[in-house]
Amino acid sequence: MTETKLMKGNEAMAEAAILAGCDAYFGYPITPQSEVLEYLAREMPKHNRIVMQAESEVASINMVYGAAGAGFRAMTSSSSPGISLMQEGISYIAGAELPCLIVNVNRAGPGLGTIQPGQGDYFQSVKGGGHGDYKMIVLAPASVQEMADFVYLGFDLADKYRNPVLMLSDGAIGQMMEKVQFKPYTRPAVDKSWATTGKPKTRNRNYITSLFIQPERMEQHNLKLEEKFKKIRENEVRFEEINTADAEYLFVAYGLSARICQKAMDIAREKGIKIGLLRPITLYPYPYKRLEELTAQVKMMLSVELNSGQMVEDVRLAVNGKVPVEFYGRMGGMMPTPEEIVHHLETLIQYHHAN
Amino acid sequence: MPTEEHVLPDTALDLIAPACHDEEEYEMVYHKPSTMVNVVMHYCPGCAHSLVHKLIMEVVEEMDIQEKTIGIAPVGCSVFAYEYMDIDMQEAAHGRACAVATGIKKLMPDKYVFTYQGDGDLAAIGIAETLHAINRGENILIVFMNNAVYGMTSGQMAPTTLAGMHTTTSPDGRDVSYYGAPIKVSELMANLPGAFYVTRQAVNSANAVRRTKKALQNAFKYQQLHKGTCLIEIIGNCPSNWKMTPVEASKFIDEEMVKTFPLGDIKVPKGV
Repeated sequence: MTETKLMKGNEAMAEAAILAGCDAYFGYPITPQSEVLEYLAREMPKHNRIVMQAESEVASINMVYGAAGAGFRAMTSSSSPGISLMQEGISYIAGAELPCLIVNVNRAGPGLGTIQPGQGDYFQSVKGGGHGDYKMIVLAPASVQEMADFVYLGFDLADKYRNPVLMLSDGAIGQMMEKVQFKPYTRPAVDKSWATTGKPKTRNRNYITSLFIQPERMEQHNLKLEEKFKKIRENEVRFEEINTADAEYLFVAYGLSARICQKAMDIAREKGIKIGLLRPITLYPYPYKRLEELTAQVKMMLSVELNSGQMVEDVRLAVNGKVPVEFYGRMGGMMPTPEEIVHHLETLIQYHHAN
Repeated sequence: MPTEEHVLPDTALDLIAPACHDEEEYEMVYHKPSTMVNVVMHYCPGCAHSLVHKLIMEVVEEMDIQEKTIGIAPVGCSVFAYEYMDIDMQEAAHGRACAVATGIKKLMPDKYVFTYQGDGDLAAIGIAETLHAINRGENILIVFMNNAVYGMTSGQMAPTTLAGMHTTTSPDGRDVSYYGAPIKVSELMANLPGAFYVTRQAVNSANAVRRTKKALQNAFKYQQLHKGTCLIEIIGNCPSNWKMTPVEASKFIDEEMVKTFPLGDIKVPKGV
């Protein structure tokens, strides 16, 4: 039987990285995720793995580029300002099609912001972040258990699609302690014959690049990437539904917001409001189709986020005006109470009933 | 009207390759290294890059380490180095070559890893990655091509641009009271304990080419020792952006560049 442990989200993620066979971790200290680097600095050498505190996030993401380009399982983690610094490298990694795992323990911004949790990096995560046409697969954990599970999933998806995967957590999920189980994991066999390991006489040279100076070749590369992103959209949408079977109203929330909405849902249901929750697990690809289906059933959707209203734009794209889509959010590291959300929900229901 | 002496031969080729009478009469004394891809390079006439590419690949061929060598191409004129060097390579973002090299070398410590970087790439945007890689004593070779300008973007001022030197962004000459003096990267980096071998060379004459080749041979051999970073700065000719003929550019190195960037060894390991 798998042992149950009590761990911080950041440490569970670090432990999962070791169990997932992560060959190298490159990072730079930043609150609220410095435990990852600290944990791995202590534990990785015991497994003969590489861990390095880089001189900056700019350097750490490029060390990931080098290691991933040489065919190794490489990862980095940071928090919002550090992830901003990595955007150049992420764009190059996506352009050069290198598999790797990047974790953002989201804090509140903009700028230096605060070290408290936030979800203000949604747009940066799912709409681009760096320059050029690319997408990352974005996984949003809502528990310490998922912070561990999504390390395995993230590495596997990265290898499967030769694409960077971002785990978008936040300062609360990263810092809180919960029970976690590390499930047995078998690493799928992946062909990495493209890696730069040194050219034997028996094959042509491998090179890792995102440079295609002739427009015709660049467009071909863009189209190849788009084909990959289309496959990802078709095959990798993940979400969780709670109480949607009879729902007349729907919370849409991910990560920490989804945890708070679960409690808000319980309170609202006790009051007789039939509300369900759809929790996107992949923020890219986004569960547009399921949200569109639910418009046949619910009267209103309420997107709850720790930002000024970012994911709500994707909910509106999915719903396409068929039912009202509302937003409620707190910012600056402040979290709404479940009661606060229910109060807002009740006000909205009254408003839409009257109009 | 051309006089009789100026009449061109039937084919221009006759000028450079007089008809070879009998191949068996000649012994092949020089060939392009097998570690080079046999294509025409995009570099300007008189540019140092093609020569230095070839020297590196000659060393890789002589040491028979093609299977163990990974190069990092920069952003700059030599961004397409992987089109010419027949080895596994990674193209790095502008300035990040030493971070990429660190990622590779840490995981494959027994491979030969080198970066190939210009002065804009290494000395401006990438100086942090370079300094920290050397300070960690990453067991890599950094080939630092210093031609005192940004070549690929056509001749802007670099951190290494000589005092008073005219570039497209210092049209009245580099004003050191405004932009500071040219950075002497090799002298700066040689101070770091992680630097194992630091030398500054050129390729503007046959003797200079021989010395550069020797430096590259040393550096590749030193990589087997796992003792620290090798930095070879090469003063590169850039006739196009210096607005000179190739011959003038070679002279400019001897007469002007070496005043700021004196050639020779800066840090040499003892007893190896």
